[in-house]
Amino acid sequence: MGSTSANDNGGLGRRKLMKRSAALGLLTVPTMSFLSACASGDGDKKEEVKGGTKSAKNPLAVNETAELDFVLFDGGFGQQYAKDAVKIYEKNFPKAKVKFHATQAIQTELQPRFNGGTPPDLIDNSGKEQMDMGALVGQNQLTDLTALLDAASYDDPAKTVRDTLRPGIVEMGQFEGNQVWMLYYAYTVYGVWYSKKLLDSLEVTYPETWDQMIAVCKKAKAKGIAPWTYTGVHPYYIPFTLFPMIGKRGGPDVLKAIDNLEPNAWKHPAVKDCFEAYYELFKSGYILKGSAGLDHIQSQTKWTEGKALFIPNGSWVENEASKTMPKDFDLAVGAPTGIDSSDKMPFGTLWASGGEPFIVPAKAKNKAGGMEQLRIMLGEASSKSFTQSVKSLSAFNGGTDGIELTPGMKSVVAALDKAGKNVVNPRIGDWYTVLLKEKIGTAGLGEMMAGRLTPAEAIKRIQGFADETAKDASVKKFKRQ
Amino acid sequence: MQHGKYRFIVGFLVVPLALYALFVLWPFVQAIFYSFTNWSGLSPDFQMIGFDNYTRMFEDEIFWKALRHSLIFAVVLPLLTIGLALFFAFMLNVGGRARKGAAVTGVRGSGFYKIVYFFPQVLSIAIVALLFKFAYNPTDGVLNSLLRAIGLDSVQPDWLGDPDLALICVMVVLVWSTVGFFVVLFSAGMASIPKDFYEAALLDGANRFTTFFRITLPLLWDTVQSGWIYMGILALGAESFAVVHIMTVGPRGGGPDFSTIVLPLYVYQNAFGPGQAAYATTIGVALLIVTLLFATVVMRLGRRERLEY
Repeated sequence: MGSTSANDNGGLGRRKLMKRSAALGLLTVPTMSFLSACASGDGDKKEEVKGGTKSAKNPLAVNETAELDFVLFDGGFGQQYAKDAVKIYEKNFPKAKVKFHATQAIQTELQPRFNGGTPPDLIDNSGKEQMDMGALVGQNQLTDLTALLDAASYDDPAKTVRDTLRPGIVEMGQFEGNQVWMLYYAYTVYGVWYSKKLLDSLEVTYPETWDQMIAVCKKAKAKGIAPWTYTGVHPYYIPFTLFPMIGKRGGPDVLKAIDNLEPNAWKHPAVKDCFEAYYELFKSGYILKGSAGLDHIQSQTKWTEGKALFIPNGSWVENEASKTMPKDFDLAVGAPTGIDSSDKMPFGTLWASGGEPFIVPAKAKNKAGGMEQLRIMLGEASSKSFTQSVKSLSAFNGGTDGIELTPGMKSVVAALDKAGKNVVNPRIGDWYTVLLKEKIGTAGLGEMMAGRLTPAEAIKRIQGFADETAKDASVKKFKRQ
Repeated sequence: MQHGKYRFIVGFLVVPLALYALFVLWPFVQAIFYSFTNWSGLSPDFQMIGFDNYTRMFEDEIFWKALRHSLIFAVVLPLLTIGLALFFAFMLNVGGRARKGAAVTGVRGSGFYKIVYFFPQVLSIAIVALLFKFAYNPTDGVLNSLLRAIGLDSVQPDWLGDPDLALICVMVVLVWSTVGFFVVLFSAGMASIPKDFYEAALLDGANRFTTFFRITLPLLWDTVQSGWIYMGILALGAESFAVVHIMTVGPRGGGPDFSTIVLPLYVYQNAFGPGQAAYATTIGVALLIVTLLFATVVMRLGRRERLEY
């Protein structure tokens, strides 16, 4: 036993050796090595397969023997609808093998494949792990789907696929110019969702002006029901009702300016009116306590349990919340309540747009096959089975005849009828995902709805985020005409 | 008789070192290289853009927030965890009242406590994070239910939904899940301290406080120092990423108003999704520098005389 100083050892002492190996060990910061491991793909880019013979049955000239690689997002709509469509493909092209794969981890699985230059032929790019569309388009990673749109439709050779789609679907797939980069398969109506039974029990009708809204809230609160809830963990659900409300208040040009990242777009008085209206919900205690910390499932469950009356959501909620929704819930969707009669657009104006974007990568081996699979899915039979099994409309216009519609679906169809041409369609979320979800959603609207920002502060902050993105050269910009 | 020693050691280490260089060091070099490009992560094509990513990083408000939070983690977490672990380990091994036949013992039931402390260590960090996410749920979570049960209906924090609390909530989870490891580590260290030191101290009438600061801590110093560095790296890297990503609100974690964003999470958010992989590697380089600085500072501050026994 004795005492030695740290610096007093001839040669390589235990301490020195340990020090050196520790210094080396320190270099193992985990994230970095992981990241670069997936850089620079291997370079053996596979050749695109040859085309087949073009015919009335095969307008896209699909190679009848080529393998089709199809990756589907396995989310609120499940995978059965796609599996059924795959069966049709296999029946039509018996010599072709279809590699079908459903996953929730779209990005984890597919980003390396894009980077390596071997992406699948058809992708449903959706869900929490959706790959950023703006980035994919900006990096020239997608195939223009115009050929598919101009091909004969699956059921009627006299019509093109384009003719059979709901209004707005084609436009939503465009970013700038005429190319269509994605085809949305589901047709989603966004709005204020509620139980008609619960609303009736309050002896009120769905509010059309904000004064009426406040009156309904007052009644609900008196009965011990929180008038509103929302998912605080995903605050980008708030725009589902707030954006169309802004459009209704100030006209569609306000939303266009926002999409185009114009300077001071958010400073429009219509934005201020609507922000203040929503802030009033917080100030008057009309929001379910704790909503700021709930995720979408938790807030939806509170709502189906009858603890809250209204929730901003999309039409997938009927399928997604079906497990907790009572049989007599009588689900309905309301178009966003406006401010008053001076609004620029009538009551009924709502946000409806495509959901579940399908893409064919630019480097796919069998592009024609990917498009053909989509063409089959957009046929009447496939579309009907989709609507029936997942309680959502599809991009195919019609296809609801002869199907028994659920309460939510019925109210969706009614809402679309009432809206007519007054459908607004904000694009900021498809174009600038990070800006909408993480900045405007979480750090702007989420904070305001939790009462930590006033509307004026929220607007200032959101305008700042938008300006930042407008300036950022690494983000590709798009323009609405 | 020292010559040939290095050759001898290197002879044994050549294979592991080569593997280490290939799978650990080389990716670092690559990452640093990519930070000077505009690589998107979505396609293999990119150009060199010089220091653009770095200028962008220095102007990026969220980067600074992430850096601040990571630094808080690196300072506060080791302090808390190691402080607690030292206290627990001391109580478990030395802190008990002298009983018959043994001069130095732990508190009663110390064997049981050891298992309790170590228990979180067997759970994966993802499970721990999920469990705490449920506990922090503002409406049905166990914390707010407890508060209600004792009549505090008016005190119902949003926990992870509140930017003032979220970071603290996350740190508590990290302390809870790692303290057990250090209790065991320090217990092992304390067990190797000769008992006669303690007996001598007892004979001299030293109380627990003096025993700890005059005997235990100095003899344990090396272990504490390596524990400190280890904990700091955990707090800067993988563990902090996991808890923040899983627990905190926001589309991909990071808390309300970026209140819990940390460097590794910001790397992830840029690398996957928005096609900003090169920018992500730039932040990764910043993380590397921070980690190396942290380790250097701790090594420098911790240098002191060493006893051998």
